[in-house]
Amino acid sequence: MRSNRYSFIAGVALMALAHAAHALLPIQHWETSRGARVYFVENRDLPMLDVSVDFPAGSGFDTREKSGTANMTNNMLRLGAGGMNEDEVARKLADIGAQFSGRFDNDRSGVGMRMLSSPQERKASLEMLGRILNQPEFPASVLEREKARLIAALKEADTMPDTIAARTFSRMIYPTHPYGLRGSGEVDTIAKLTRDDLAAFHRRYYTAERAIVAIMGDVGRDEAAAIAEALTSALPKAAADAPVLPPVPPLEKGETRWITHPATQSHILMGGPGIRREDPDYFALFVGNHILGGGGFNSRMTDEVRQKRGLAYSAYSYFSPLLREGPFVIGMQTKGEQAKEALAVARKVVTDFVAQGPTAKELAAAKQNIVGGFPLRIDSNRKIHEYLAVIGFYRLPLTYLDDFVGKVERITAEQVKAAFQRRVHPDRLVTVVVGQAEQQAALEETARRP
Amino acid sequence: MSPQIAAPGLLIRSLVALVLLFAGAVGAWAAASAPIVESTLPNGMRILVKTDRRAPVVVCMVWYKVGSMDEVSGTTGVAHVLEHMMFKGTKAVPTGEFSRIIAEAGGRENAFTSRDYTGYFQTLHKSQLPLVMKLEADRMSNLVMSADEFSKEIRVVMEERRWRTDDRPRALVYEQMMAAALRAHPYRHPVIGWMSDLENMRVEDAQAFYERWYAPNNATLVIVGDVSPQEVQKLAAQHFGPLKQKTLPRRKITEEPAQLGQRQFTVRAPAELPYVLMAYQAPALRDPNNEWEPYALEMLANVLDGNEAARLNRTMVRTDRVASSADASYDGVGRGPGMFYLSATPSQGRSVQDAEQALRREVAKLVAEGVTEDELQRVKSQAVASHVYERDSMFFQARQIGSFAMVDLPPDAMDLFLEKLKLVTPEQVQAVAKKYLVEDKLTVAYLDPQPLDGKKPSAPPAGLRHAQ
Repeated sequence: MRSNRYSFIAGVALMALAHAAHALLPIQHWETSRGARVYFVENRDLPMLDVSVDFPAGSGFDTREKSGTANMTNNMLRLGAGGMNEDEVARKLADIGAQFSGRFDNDRSGVGMRMLSSPQERKASLEMLGRILNQPEFPASVLEREKARLIAALKEADTMPDTIAARTFSRMIYPTHPYGLRGSGEVDTIAKLTRDDLAAFHRRYYTAERAIVAIMGDVGRDEAAAIAEALTSALPKAAADAPVLPPVPPLEKGETRWITHPATQSHILMGGPGIRREDPDYFALFVGNHILGGGGFNSRMTDEVRQKRGLAYSAYSYFSPLLREGPFVIGMQTKGEQAKEALAVARKVVTDFVAQGPTAKELAAAKQNIVGGFPLRIDSNRKIHEYLAVIGFYRLPLTYLDDFVGKVERITAEQVKAAFQRRVHPDRLVTVVVGQAEQQAALEETARRP
Repeated sequence: MSPQIAAPGLLIRSLVALVLLFAGAVGAWAAASAPIVESTLPNGMRILVKTDRRAPVVVCMVWYKVGSMDEVSGTTGVAHVLEHMMFKGTKAVPTGEFSRIIAEAGGRENAFTSRDYTGYFQTLHKSQLPLVMKLEADRMSNLVMSADEFSKEIRVVMEERRWRTDDRPRALVYEQMMAAALRAHPYRHPVIGWMSDLENMRVEDAQAFYERWYAPNNATLVIVGDVSPQEVQKLAAQHFGPLKQKTLPRRKITEEPAQLGQRQFTVRAPAELPYVLMAYQAPALRDPNNEWEPYALEMLANVLDGNEAARLNRTMVRTDRVASSADASYDGVGRGPGMFYLSATPSQGRSVQDAEQALRREVAKLVAEGVTEDELQRVKSQAVASHVYERDSMFFQARQIGSFAMVDLPPDAMDLFLEKLKLVTPEQVQAVAKKYLVEDKLTVAYLDPQPLDGKKPSAPPAGLRHAQ
């Protein structure tokens, strides 16, 4: 009785939303004189502006020998640029209230700034952003210090069970692909980096032709065009052989690895290479994963592991779609002696889901949550700006957000099942468990210590 | 570096909300946007509404003025355990239904517990506001806690404790710091609770805590979003209005006796790098109109560590290279005592004592020479900008309003803070440094890193058998 009424209320909201969704977010798009792609939404509600410039220059573009070059290049941009040393840059940014941010992941590397839109602050902020982006100096002495800091941080991180699990997992699912390289680089590769490596990386990857500019906030189209032009016109020129990421080879077999660690909890990761951002199954997998382990308290993984058995505080699954096949990950942490039980539950949940797909009820509930919650995805400048950057980088349609609700609503249980069967192979999952040896020794899993 | 210091002991029900809680929390100054409209229901429930029509979305939060500082010995962690149990059902909305209904309505929801308060929130399309208010009113007075659900959930909380604290060396340092820097005030207990208290906890403990503290006259409704104060007031009267007030227990909080000398201790735990954390007892903000010291301490923390050009980073990390990171923060908004923190990780080849000495040199320099007008001006410029940026997040605004209300500050205190911070002088900053950054108020903690293979696995907690 009660729950029917709730459903009715939700249904009304969905219909209202479906109408409102169009023309919700008019994205303007153009290219600069040098071919940088620009994505812009004008919004005058708040006197502020978000601007970012990204490049396909993430850790996937690193080489094994010089792993860490992409990250260090990004990190060093603001530490000395255009005749200003790192302190002068930092002081200037603080004085004008600008918030600088670097972006770095497997695919992308870039810079962003949140600034006040009042003319004086905006001008000063953009001048600084342009300086950082176009004229980094990579001072050798600063580089030596940053290398030492990063190496110390890595050594610290490498004592943590979550880091050990994540690194092992990544190397196992990408044994040869650069997605398996550590984003920050390894201790020995970082130690060898020189300022010439960074300058060369900047020259080759931070080029105008490869730049994606996202602008959101309190400026008009003409001003936005001038901003994009000014930020990118002095960038290096792309070489003829544009760097591309190699394809990801599929896993031939599953493997489980147990690693001894004194932590009270075992950290479990399970999965394999997942999907590309442009995969036609994207929405089927997105909706399906919401049901499997992405939808918080209502997902199967949380329900079985946490709600029904109290085995973990957090149990989840996600796809991380990239230019190439980004990872599909199932994860949880549980007290050492429960690791085996948790692992068995997680395996059963994913195996059943891939074999049978979602129930009609689960699918309906997931769609209601995603569709009804759509306004939450674009309720701030920051979120909209993030979408602009993603739409631009992955060349998604400009109508991506307008189409979003419709695409979700059209997904069928059959499509979810078929997509999972194409992309997730329960018999070939990589599993990593990092935890206490005593408990692990008692387990009858085919343990293979590294 | 130390999120547990940036947000002391704030626990949330699941990881999902972490991003929400801390994204955009860079600066914290309210804006000259729509005013916060306040009203009170006849049963004592307070209502605070801020209209923001940029998106058809509302953030709904129900805050209870009860946190871990209201727990009594032997039941530490019960405020947070109750927060988990609040999702386990009422007669009308059985176990699991709350989250299911919110999800079906397109909402996101979670909850958080701190030393001072417990809060529950939903973010959803504005048309769903009546639904969530109905649900919140229901669980404010009709919660049903079964021993069976409790036995599962307490295990989840123990996992949360292991994940959050037991396996994280720096979290252990912070936990022990509170227990060492404070000898009597309940802030010395972790919000998550000591493990033995979690093992000994029974459903009756959570039930008793609920009956004692969950009542409209101990609750504040905070709404930010695309809705008018009048609409909210009408809905609140309809859903929360019928709830009965309770006679709340007298709050008997043990005061912290004066510290009579420096304290120090060491935490040995598996880790790679050493670390030093220094905590000075400091005043908390009580009278925001007339006090000046808390504002001066806030400026002091920012001069040391408010931006990349600030003193600790510039001197210790960049120039002298004695530390790979160095932090300062002032925690002065709370129902309990305030604290001023300094911390550092020595760089390769430097000792933890070197890092500590460098921090102490910075303090001595502040006391001897003070700060420059230029440094203060830089912090003020950042504050003014943050004052604008924070308006981009409805969630952040709602959290700010609620957290002030919970510690008896005006809900729009950030407007006042910004004005007060602008008035702080270099002399005032020097004066608070001289007065509070002194040996007698200091506790120093060292993390002494141990090799990974040196630690024996701990025995399973005895109480768990009851839970299985």
